[in-house]
Amino acid sequence: MSTLAPPRSMSAGEIVGMVLAAAFALLWIFIASKATDPGYVFHAWVFAAAGIATVFALGRRAVANAPAAPPQEIDGRPNYNMGPVRFATIAALLWGVAGFLVGFIIAAQLAWPILNLDLPWVQFGRLRPLHTSAVIFAFGGNVLIATALYVVQRTSRARLAGELAPWFVVLGYNLFIVIAGTGYLLGITQGREYAEPEWYADLWLTIVWVAFLLVFLGTLWKRKEPHIYVANWFYLAFILTIAVLHLGNNAAVPVSIFSPKSYSLWSGVQDAMFQWWYGHNAVGFFLTAGFLGIMYYFVPKRAERPVYSYRLSIIHFWALIFLYIWAGPHHLHYTALPDWAQTLGMTFSIMLWMPSWGGMINGLMTLSGAWDKLRTDPVLRMMVVSVAFYGMSTFEGPMMSIKAVNSLSHYTEWTVGHVHSGALGWVGFVSFGAIYCLVPWLWNKKGLYSLKLVNWHFWIATLGIVLYISAMWVAGIMEGLMWRAYNSLGFLEYSFIETVEAKYPFFVIRALGGLLFVVGALIMAYNVYMTIRAGEAAEPAPAAAPAAIAAE
Amino acid sequence: MTQTYALLAGIAQQFGVLFFMAIFLSIVAYALWPKNRARFDAAAEIPLKED
Ligand code: HEM
Ligand code: HEM
Repeated sequence: MSTLAPPRSMSAGEIVGMVLAAAFALLWIFIASKATDPGYVFHAWVFAAAGIATVFALGRRAVANAPAAPPQEIDGRPNYNMGPVRFATIAALLWGVAGFLVGFIIAAQLAWPILNLDLPWVQFGRLRPLHTSAVIFAFGGNVLIATALYVVQRTSRARLAGELAPWFVVLGYNLFIVIAGTGYLLGITQGREYAEPEWYADLWLTIVWVAFLLVFLGTLWKRKEPHIYVANWFYLAFILTIAVLHLGNNAAVPVSIFSPKSYSLWSGVQDAMFQWWYGHNAVGFFLTAGFLGIMYYFVPKRAERPVYSYRLSIIHFWALIFLYIWAGPHHLHYTALPDWAQTLGMTFSIMLWMPSWGGMINGLMTLSGAWDKLRTDPVLRMMVVSVAFYGMSTFEGPMMSIKAVNSLSHYTEWTVGHVHSGALGWVGFVSFGAIYCLVPWLWNKKGLYSLKLVNWHFWIATLGIVLYISAMWVAGIMEGLMWRAYNSLGFLEYSFIETVEAKYPFFVIRALGGLLFVVGALIMAYNVYMTIRAGEAAEPAPAAAPAAIAAE
Repeated sequence: MTQTYALLAGIAQQFGVLFFMAIFLSIVAYALWPKNRARFDAAAEIPLKED
């Protein structure tokens, strides 16, 4: 292509995008001029700046003569669009390190409260939602978006639908993360666990999420492969269900468009049920279904063997979908929620054990006949261990949902231990495995910079997880038993503060385990950086890399 | 009012159970149907094919 080619005219998408972005920026400048809450004013300026940056990025794309519509195929091979996937992969890595670090900080604060520093912005109450959102939505969300957009292209043998839309999804999603995270630090929250962002951030996420759904569906629509591979079913369930949950749980009326505050449409026990219908299915469809999509693509790919049983995967999928939705009430045992609803939640939770283990067996048995790879390939080992942790937490969960067991475990560190065996072991490790696979594929490298470093990451992080969850089990069961201990006169044996004091050594062990997990993630970040910077290029570059538009 | 509620709830619960069970069992039959075996075996190879 000659550099003298006359500048092309702008595409319809670019013009519409520019107009919308400009209108968006003007709206937020107007809001900034009227609002009084300083945090909200700051957010208004962030939104306005994003709108203005988009106008410039789109203009530059046209002026720089970037092809408005790159070919769908080159030499008969699909011309995959991997730019947005690369962006989300790097974003996941950076958010992951940040989120784990904040986890370590709040773990240290629980052991040594002086670390709250008497400053509002860094006290436990604000850093805790920062941690949960950073690890679940920023780290996990970017891993899911990256792998979903990768897998749907590869298994459909088609380029992503739309040219601007996929960039809107990854950039818009990360803008949401910035708004959410800075909001917590500034004290903006609607106080619903895992759904803390206020109404305006929720509306923004809704728009981004619908675009994500459309890009995913549009790519499936264009597919060259007649069958829709099972991983895509899990991703689709994840995207659709999260949309429904998000809309249901965040139904709220803002005080005014100039205020960050809103009031929920639901009240009383209905409000609690809505929150935990959302909360549990966020576990089921964000932290489980989406990552099962990763398992069904990356484990077979890395082991170079088809999944153990495709038929089991179909039954696994539908059984999970049919059961998960009903299990939410197990978060509200012994509350004002009607008894029948609690029993319903408990029953469905116990039934959930079956499809969960069906999926675990399907993942593990994919390696049958290739177990020796576990010794030589630390990336595969990481993913296999993650599936084992998935099995562990989905055995523990149904057990904890039994009312008698929950009366001991609820409100204790046991719940936190259960959360992190799922979060660190399953979500964390399967994501690390996927990132280690993706990076060489996305940057056309022969392999990772160092498998030895992956091995170090694996062992350091595994040790961290073991310290974390065993400390929490001991602390949880101990405090649960202390709370229900009576003396011979029928009085409670321990005051509450005594049970807190007794947990101190376990808090320290947990913080140490968390620190090891952070160290592992830093090793991964270095390894990925070196792979991209200095890794050996894979020989025949597949279909010419599409001209990526500016990633800012 | 309460009667309409009881009636609607009854219908929803009983037909709901039957309806969901029927769908789920058809899915299981579809997955296990011997004739579909070859199709599913081919589908399992999708991630391993290079383009
Ligand atoms: C370095 C690693 C990590 C450390 C040190 C850490 C530490 C913590 C701490 C101290 C809490 C507060 C517990 C409490 O309030 O008593 C917490 C909560 C939580 N963390 Fe982490 N965390 C880590 C990684 C992760 C990851 C990777 C995820 C998810 C993918 C995650 C998800 C959560 C969730 C969902 C909660 C809320 C639990 C609940 O409400 O029961 N964490 N974490
Ligand atoms: C069959 C699967 C599972 C069942 C039946 C289940 C059940 C439970 C139960 C009974 C609780 C305690 C509720 C309470 O006492 O407040 C709980 C908490 C939790 N579980 Fe699971 N669990 C399952 C799998 C998982 C997995 C795989 C993950 C993570 C990847 C996970 C993440 C969580 C989180 C984040 C909480 C804490 C919620 C909160 O209070 O903030 N669960 N789960």
